[in-house]
Amino acid sequence: MTTFYGTALATRLMLGTALYPSPAVLAGAFRTSGASVATVSLRREGGALAGGGRAGDDFWRLIRELGVHVLPNTAGCHTIKEAVTTAQMAREVFQTPWIKLEIIGNAETLQPDPFALPEAARLLTEDGFQVFPYTTEDLILAEHLLEAGCEVLMPWGAPIGTGLGLTNPYGLRTLRARFPDIPMVVDAGIGLPSHAAQAMEMGFDAILLNTAVAKAGDPAQMALAFARAVEAGLLASAADPMEPRDMAAPSTPVIGKAFLE
Amino acid sequence: MNGAATEVTATTLSALLSELGLAEAGPVATALNETFVPAPAREGTALNPGDRVEVLSPRQGG
Repeated sequence: MTTFYGTALATRLMLGTALYPSPAVLAGAFRTSGASVATVSLRREGGALAGGGRAGDDFWRLIRELGVHVLPNTAGCHTIKEAVTTAQMAREVFQTPWIKLEIIGNAETLQPDPFALPEAARLLTEDGFQVFPYTTEDLILAEHLLEAGCEVLMPWGAPIGTGLGLTNPYGLRTLRARFPDIPMVVDAGIGLPSHAAQAMEMGFDAILLNTAVAKAGDPAQMALAFARAVEAGLLASAADPMEPRDMAAPSTPVIGKAFLE
Repeated sequence: MNGAATEVTATTLSALLSELGLAEAGPVATALNETFVPAPAREGTALNPGDRVEVLSPRQGG
């Protein structure tokens, strides 16, 4: 059975918690979809400097009430130092060794920094973290991340927030084939349930997305659509899909057909 | 404090959280000069002029 650092997930859908029109809509998306993991982040809390109140408290209460696994991220970090410090802060607040390691290499494309990522992953692994690295489909980078101690990989489908789907299916298929036993989550760039199903049919183990659900006209219904697509893809992958072929092949038996000489 | 020049009377990290009303209720995490300071170490962490303090709490993320 596929596990993520020893944890088996009830469903293979992971949802982000950002960009929803309201906390109630966020909660609705989780309930309808049965998503098993919620990604969260840490942001500045000003207290009296920000007019009092605690912006993070209500959100954290809501997430705990969902009863899902929590995957904190290092979103927006551009250096190893920033990412490591953010991860350490997240572990204390969220009480989990899981960390979605995000080191952005370019502010426009939000591409992962392939040079900083393995070093940060190594430092975090040595510090006891269970690292989910947001990475590309690059094979050599994947090797370096595994050498750094990662036991899960999270290749992108497309850049964050684009909804373009799997822009390099060949690269993703190759990555899946090269490391058949490593749990892999396709993270980012998923725009439609069909993209999620496609990735699962390829043999990926889970899907992590945010914008496609949060920005849908009906987030709860879209979350349900994604849940079913992920489930369909998982079933299909386990059912050993047929190989495509160029030439037609009749499915109805030819033998016994009338009017043949 | 959180990227803005701030005048405070607190001389330790834990006193700063109290001064800002952040010592109670939900969790926050702290860093001093880009280095994580675990909660148990806040009381013994002195603040000096020019120190950069970050106080973070749970928020939405993708």
